[in-house]
Amino acid sequence: MKYDLVIIGGGPAGLSAANAAWEDGCRSICIVERDRELGGILNQCIHNGFGLHYFKEELTGPEYAGRFIEKLKGTGVDVRLDAMVLDITADKQVHIVSTAGGYEVLEAKAVVLAMGCRERTRGAIAIPGTRPAGIFTAGAAQRYLNIEGYMVGRRVVILGSGDIGLIMARRMTLEGAKVLACVEVMPYSGGLTRNIVQCLNDFDIPLYLSHTITDIQGKDRVERVVVSEVGPDRRPIPGTEMTFDCDTVLLSVGLIPENELSRSAGVEMDARTNGPKVFENMETSIPGVFACGNVLHVHDLVDFVTAEAARAGKAAAACCAGGRKAPERVIEVKNGNLVGYTVPQRIRADTDFKAVDVFFRVRAICGASRIVVTDSTGTQIAAFKRERMAPGEMENIKLPRVLLEKAQGDLTVSVEED
Amino acid sequence: MYDVTIVGCGVVGASLAYTLSRYDLRVLVLERENDVAMGTTKANSAIVHAGYDPAHGTLMARLNIRGSEMMEGLCRDLSVKYKRVGSFVLAFDEEQKAHLEQLYRNGVENGVPGMELLDGARARELEPALADNVCGALYAPSAAIIDPWGLCIAEAETAVRNGVTLKLRSGVTGVEDRGDSLLLHTASGDYETRYVLNCAGGWSHEICAMTGQQEWEAYPSRGEYYLLDKSSGNLVSRVIFQCPTAAGKGVLLSPTVHGNLIVGPNAHHVADPSDKKTTLAGLDEVAAVSRKSVPGVDLRQSIRNFSGVRAETSEPDFIIRPAKAMPRMLHVAGIKSPGLSSAPAIAEYAVKLLAEMGVKLTEKAGWDGKRRQVRFKELPETEKAALVARDPRYGRVICRCETITEGEILDAIHSPIPPCSVDGIKRRAGAGMGRCQGGFCGPRVLDILARELKCTPLDVLQDGDGTFILTAETKGGAKA
Repeated sequence: MKYDLVIIGGGPAGLSAANAAWEDGCRSICIVERDRELGGILNQCIHNGFGLHYFKEELTGPEYAGRFIEKLKGTGVDVRLDAMVLDITADKQVHIVSTAGGYEVLEAKAVVLAMGCRERTRGAIAIPGTRPAGIFTAGAAQRYLNIEGYMVGRRVVILGSGDIGLIMARRMTLEGAKVLACVEVMPYSGGLTRNIVQCLNDFDIPLYLSHTITDIQGKDRVERVVVSEVGPDRRPIPGTEMTFDCDTVLLSVGLIPENELSRSAGVEMDARTNGPKVFENMETSIPGVFACGNVLHVHDLVDFVTAEAARAGKAAAACCAGGRKAPERVIEVKNGNLVGYTVPQRIRADTDFKAVDVFFRVRAICGASRIVVTDSTGTQIAAFKRERMAPGEMENIKLPRVLLEKAQGDLTVSVEED
Repeated sequence: MYDVTIVGCGVVGASLAYTLSRYDLRVLVLERENDVAMGTTKANSAIVHAGYDPAHGTLMARLNIRGSEMMEGLCRDLSVKYKRVGSFVLAFDEEQKAHLEQLYRNGVENGVPGMELLDGARARELEPALADNVCGALYAPSAAIIDPWGLCIAEAETAVRNGVTLKLRSGVTGVEDRGDSLLLHTASGDYETRYVLNCAGGWSHEICAMTGQQEWEAYPSRGEYYLLDKSSGNLVSRVIFQCPTAAGKGVLLSPTVHGNLIVGPNAHHVADPSDKKTTLAGLDEVAAVSRKSVPGVDLRQSIRNFSGVRAETSEPDFIIRPAKAMPRMLHVAGIKSPGLSSAPAIAEYAVKLLAEMGVKLTEKAGWDGKRRQVRFKELPETEKAALVARDPRYGRVICRCETITEGEILDAIHSPIPPCSVDGIKRRAGAGMGRCQGGFCGPRVLDILARELKCTPLDVLQDGDGTFILTAETKGGAKA
């Protein structure tokens, strides 16, 4: 089976990429989705707060996904549901398997990687203690509650203050569970401020910063956890132990872009994002293979996923239409002071764009500060003021083409606190 | 009345059940947990040792060598993952090099095939990740890696298919000597039997105590492990040991048959053989010692930590002999390392002792000692296509990390020893073993289990009895 464009994943990124590619004239598109319906993780995010940037209104996750699914229905995009991609080759053959279609090989001119991310687990952070039932990643618990309709526990301690953990603190409370504490190893929260306020503070759930779980106890089901304060080295401080009697531990300790397929295809990866390295049009190191959404870097707002994926979809459509010339000048975007990563990592200066959106995260809480972009000579190309920045909130700057044309060599993005 | 009753269905009990299933005997297996392979069998290094380590002349030495010889064929017959990868024992100084020579000589005496003493440069040539200060290695090409719970389950399933009776949730609480037979009191009722095999692993001393004479003391020893993501699975291609000490064979690094890297164990005595917790200090110790062998090991790639408890006792060797106070009971106890490696040979030896004790071994007609298991991801493309065309349920991937299909999960649920837990599916089909540790497939596996077992999702367990996953329906109720 041949398509111009094959999109791996039918969550918010895949949906937006498909719609954008269709709008730009690509008429042979297939989305491969492993679940039985489109929408991805949005389907289990029944809380509101989605779409404030993109639609200027507050939607729930399923409503937000629904808008794009409705739009897709008006196109001729093929959708393979309940279908798993087993392999993507460097020459863009996509091997899939499904109950309906059996084993198929889709040949594509362009591929958009939109597989999303997975949650870090207990094993990844090596929490000591026994191995009873009752330890869930926050997203798995969210699925049990919101999709399956089952509670996962009655007395809950949440480790990590990522957004899903915060949302689940509120959700479990509304379902009648007692959330005893949210425990965060860093001195700041990993989630959005609005979620701290609306999901913890509004329900009097204490947030223990610079704390972690140092022991899980219980033979069959969790019976209690020990929480300790940690020092600047993030090691527990003896003598600071607190014990919580609980039957459930939810983990919200980070998300990992799901790039096993990208790696097997040979896409060059960025160790800082755990995602592919991309150019300004979301193209990876393999020409014709694009990446967007949480597979590229973990976002905190789906609105930005939608915008990023639309760029990838448009670029993939252009790629399928052909006629691209090889770039002559590639600018590397480097991380300076306090900057954890940037996306894109590379800009092709002589391709067709008006401005490049550069996304990044700071590595620590920053007060009033300036984001400074310099070139290889140390000359400042652009600067942006910020009142406050936090690792839990993705930053975004726009670099117009005129500024990039002036730059010598590569760019460095750094943060200078006032 | 049973002829032989096996107490405990870890890899030793299962090997005995499998071996005895070929004879015309009424065989009963009593397991106190809700599944087989629930003790040390599911938490160990997953190594078939070459056999240079146990002192020459011991049962451990003899049975290790014999077990290692038998294992490859056995795993082929039972469709159990096994790979002969070889092992290194590393030396970091001259004293340790002398120790390697001693191990080499002991290995030659034991009959270990093909061993070689390598210098540091040659060792690093074969295993580039080794530390620069490795100055020698004992290479044993016959060492192998294996799926230990897979072997246990395959043997137990095949035994059941050949007429052996397995009773789960049947912990033995007492034994009565009736002269011509023994009466076993268990959680599921009383069973009368001519002979009993004490294969209770870390609890075999408790079964021994029921004879009225405590023949040994239990010294359970806990070992902690890291299991690393497949991205680290090729860091080394052989089992890498350090020089053994009194505490054991020490911290190893090894590829696993599932493609991961296993790192561990340390060794600490615990009071309770069921104490399988991990500790911060213990995992730190494993990390530090493993970095001495392979400095580049990246423990941030960890996907799971766990610990297992060795059935160490006051006797240095395996304890395979009739009970002193109850001649119809045969102890197969104190099976610490190299217990997994020796398991098939332990069964062979114990059955010989049973024959000496009076059990008549007549081979029965129609015994089928082979077992096949479908593993979708290991099939070539054309066979994958043919399988899905034949049965579309193999076309629905449930565990995305390990590419385990619904068809394979259904095979597990409808196998001779049907699992009742999500981890039971994990041990049989492999779903949930990967990097997301069941975060994605857990709810889906639970759903399939509830559907097939015709129970509510609230009844599905994570693992042993009492490990319930869900506590109630939400206010809105469960999905239709």
